[in-house]
Order: sequence, then C-alpha cells, then structure tokens
Amino acid sequence: MRLSCPICGTRDVREFYYQGAAVMLVRPAPDAGEAAWDAYLHLRENPAGDLEELWSHDGGCGAWLKVTRNTVTHEVKKAVLATEVKR
Amino acid sequence: MARGRSCVGDEMGVRMRFSGLRVLKEGLTGNKGWGPHWRSPEPKAEYDIVLIGGGGHGLATAHYLAKVHGLTNVAVLEKGYLGGGNVGRNTTIVRANYMLPGNSEFYSHSLKLWEGLEEDLNYNVMHSQRGIINLVHSDGQRDAFVRRGNMMVGQGDDAEMLDTDGVRKLLPMIDFDQTRFPVFGGLYHRRGGTARHDAVAWGFARSASDLGVDLIQQCEVTGIDVINGVVKGVQTTRGPIRAKKVGMVAAGRSSQVAAMAGMRLPIESHVLQAFVTEGLKPCLDHVVTYGMGHFYISQSDKGGLVFGGDLDMYSSYAARGNLPLVEHVAEAAMTLMPQIGKARMLRSWGGIMDMSPDGSFIMDRTDIEGLFVNTGWCYGGFKATPASGHTFAHLLATGNPHPTTVRHRLDRFRTGRGIMDEESTGSQHNLH
Repeated sequence: MRLSCPICGTRDVREFYYQGAAVMLVRPAPDAGEAAWDAYLHLRENPAGDLEELWSHDGGCGAWLKVTRNTVTHEVKKAVLATEVKR
Repeated sequence: MARGRSCVGDEMGVRMRFSGLRVLKEGLTGNKGWGPHWRSPEPKAEYDIVLIGGGGHGLATAHYLAKVHGLTNVAVLEKGYLGGGNVGRNTTIVRANYMLPGNSEFYSHSLKLWEGLEEDLNYNVMHSQRGIINLVHSDGQRDAFVRRGNMMVGQGDDAEMLDTDGVRKLLPMIDFDQTRFPVFGGLYHRRGGTARHDAVAWGFARSASDLGVDLIQQCEVTGIDVINGVVKGVQTTRGPIRAKKVGMVAAGRSSQVAAMAGMRLPIESHVLQAFVTEGLKPCLDHVVTYGMGHFYISQSDKGGLVFGGDLDMYSSYAARGNLPLVEHVAEAAMTLMPQIGKARMLRSWGGIMDMSPDGSFIMDRTDIEGLFVNTGWCYGGFKATPASGHTFAHLLATGNPHPTTVRHRLDRFRTGRGIMDEESTGSQHNLH
C-alpha cells in the first residue's frame, strides 16, 4: 500500500503512522457531555468501504493527512493536509 | 454431561458417533458409512433465538444453548459457510495466561472447557497441550513475566519460569546468543497449546445440529427489526425470520451488523496476517512467542511452521495484508531461528480482527431489549471459543451475564469504569 502525501508525493506506507478515523478532527467542547466524548473517543462507524482517516507522515515531512481510503480494496482515493481541512 | 436428543439427527440420517471401533469398521469397509456432519434445514418463520454469525463463537453458543440450557428452537445464520471466517484463519493457539480480573477468570474458564471439549462434542479437535513459552530478553521483561506467572498461578492455572538452560533444553533450535535480543529465559505455560481450528467449528456445528439447532448457511442478515426498542427478528437474503432474542456474533463484521440496529460499536476492524511454511520434520514441540520481534510460532501436525506477527495497523476488511508486515515477520523469524530461512513459505493470509479500545472483549445486553452483543475479541478469539459460547449462551438464556463476563460491559468505555487494558497502553483505538 502506498499513500499520496500532498507535500512529498506517493510514498510507501511504512513512512506513515496511522491514527484512525478522521472523527478525531472534530473535538467536542470540554462540556459537551459523556455521550459526545464517548462518540469521539470510542464509537466508530468502522465501514467496509470508503473511510476518512488520519495518517501522519512521520518518516517524511511530518504532516498530518486526511486520507480517503477503501478499507476493502485498500485503494487510496484522496489525501489532503489535515491543516487545510481544519481551516 | 450426557448427550441427549439423538432423535433429531437420526431422523435426518446424519447423526453418528465417532469411536475407535467406528473408525476401524469404516476403514475396513471403504469408508462408505460416513454421512454429513450436520443438517441443512430451510429457515423456519420464527425462532426463540437467532444468532447472527456461524463462526466458532456462534456455533459454540448454539451448542451450549442446546446442551446446557435445553434451548433448541435456535437458528445460526451464516452469510457464507460455517467456520469460513476467523475460526478457520487463525494460528490455533489455546492458552490462559491473562492477568487482569475479568480476563483472568474468563480465559481460565475457557481452558477448562477446552480440556473437556472433545469428550463433550464427541469430536477430535486435536487439542494439543504442548505448552507455550514466552521468551525473556531483558530483566524488565523477566519481572513482568514473573508477575504474570504468579497471577496465572493465582487464578488456578499453571506457570513456570525457565532460565536460559531450561529454555535451551526445550527449544534447541533457537539462536540464544544473538546480539540484539539474547534469550535469558521464558515463561512456560504447560497447559497451553494448539487445537485444529476447523475441527473446533465443525465439532460445535455437528453437536448443535444434532441437538436440534438449525444451522443456515448462505443466509445473510440484511436488517434487524426493532419496534419500540424491542427486537422482533431479522431480515435475511432467505426471507424474514422472527425471533424473541437476537445475538450478534459477527467478529470482524460486528460494526456492520450492529449498524442494522442503529448502533455504533467501540470497534475498529483491522487485518492480522498469518503464515505457514511447507511441511517439515518435527523440529518445534511448543508454541513460542518472541515479544521483542512481535513474532510467535508453532509447528502444525502436518509439519508446517505456523507463525504470525502484529497487526498491519490500519483499518481493513481485506482478508489479506500488505508486504511490509510480511517482511517484518520474516525478519523476526530469521532473528529468532535463522534456519527457518531454508524453509519455503507456502501461504500467507489475513483475518479481520474486531479491535476494542482496551483490547478486551465485549459481551453484554444492548439498549434494545432482546438484542445481545458479543464482539471485540481483538486477535485472541480462538482460545476463547468454548467459553465465549458458554457464557454468551448463559447471557442469552438467562438475560444475565455469566460470572466470568460481568466485567465485559459495552458501556465501560463511556463510563471509564472497569477498563481491562491488559497491555497497559491506554484505552484508545490506535494503541493495539
């Protein structure tokens, strides 16, 4: 599997660290309540299909990426910088 | 426990008892007397209990529902074929070397069930208590294993610490003097070992079917009917089936099944790879784990070296992995036992692991009345098969958790109470 880093180009998966589903980009407010924090930290859609996820290019530029990847075929469909998504 | 209700199989011309005499007789008469091991009935319109998933845990649940609780108006729905998922794809290791309250008594319970399983099922599952040795490579690791060993003894199971010579006597083929991770000893769990994974699924299936449970293959659940917070049945590719209770036992596919009931589970599905070499003469009598290399190995009865490593570490439903992990596992194998490089690797494959945040399983009621969940086995579901079935059957039959699974609550992540984080890495999805 290879991931396409917007800064470095297409690179071997070994250069990347996997964080998980991109729900982690939308952090609840501190007082959002138990259910919201449970959903953020633990509950996952866990789809068999396209999943938006967070990868860090640890072995390259160090950027956080939001990657759209198919969990059945491992096809990487899109990868953008997480900072651009957050903005 | 005596086998009861033999009539069901007899009517269908299926039931047969295995015995040495029978094997001899069949051998002398051309093996013409063997029949199918289970019935293949059409689904009925309604059951007391429907189990979604005909893998090891689902089939074991069916067996214990019938045998322990006398509940036989039960169906197991399997979208593919029986035992076609993780129960047929694992590396067959059976052990009870867990540490934390909850896991400790559960896996201890499971090992005891394993020890009586062949008699219980009248089926040869080739359970082989050849012993498991966790290798020690540092003082810190030795301390950790001494602690773990003491806790295993404390839970009523067996554990012994071996020094280097003790390990050398048992495992002469290991490279003890490697510069990176020299072997200083090991934790020896004699009652640990292996079992023939497919036979476990087949044995449970045959017994459940004999006792009257309907095993329905090629029947995918496409919906779960819930009215006013109460489960009413399931929709399937072979029509609707009403049920008073529904148990979700779908391992790596748990999230998709739960989604049909509008639930999101604290589960991520990951791929774990396994490998086997060509058949070799006997050279490895035990199961050996090499934690420093994320590697473990045993030798099958056919002679193949069966081994595996770590997760690929990204969400996946592909029952195959990627090459970087293959290389990593092969490197670990070569470090531990360099002569393995002469063997050819026959196959590698992957299974889909239902990873929970704390690494321990979930067996509980849900917020929907009559709907029960059994998931989160991470990469350790095989050894749990009998106890998972036994305790899930208890939950389904009585509505209350078995004493060994009271801690395995679905809400423990939300509340933060009773997290069972065996590796002390934190209760978080990416820390498997």
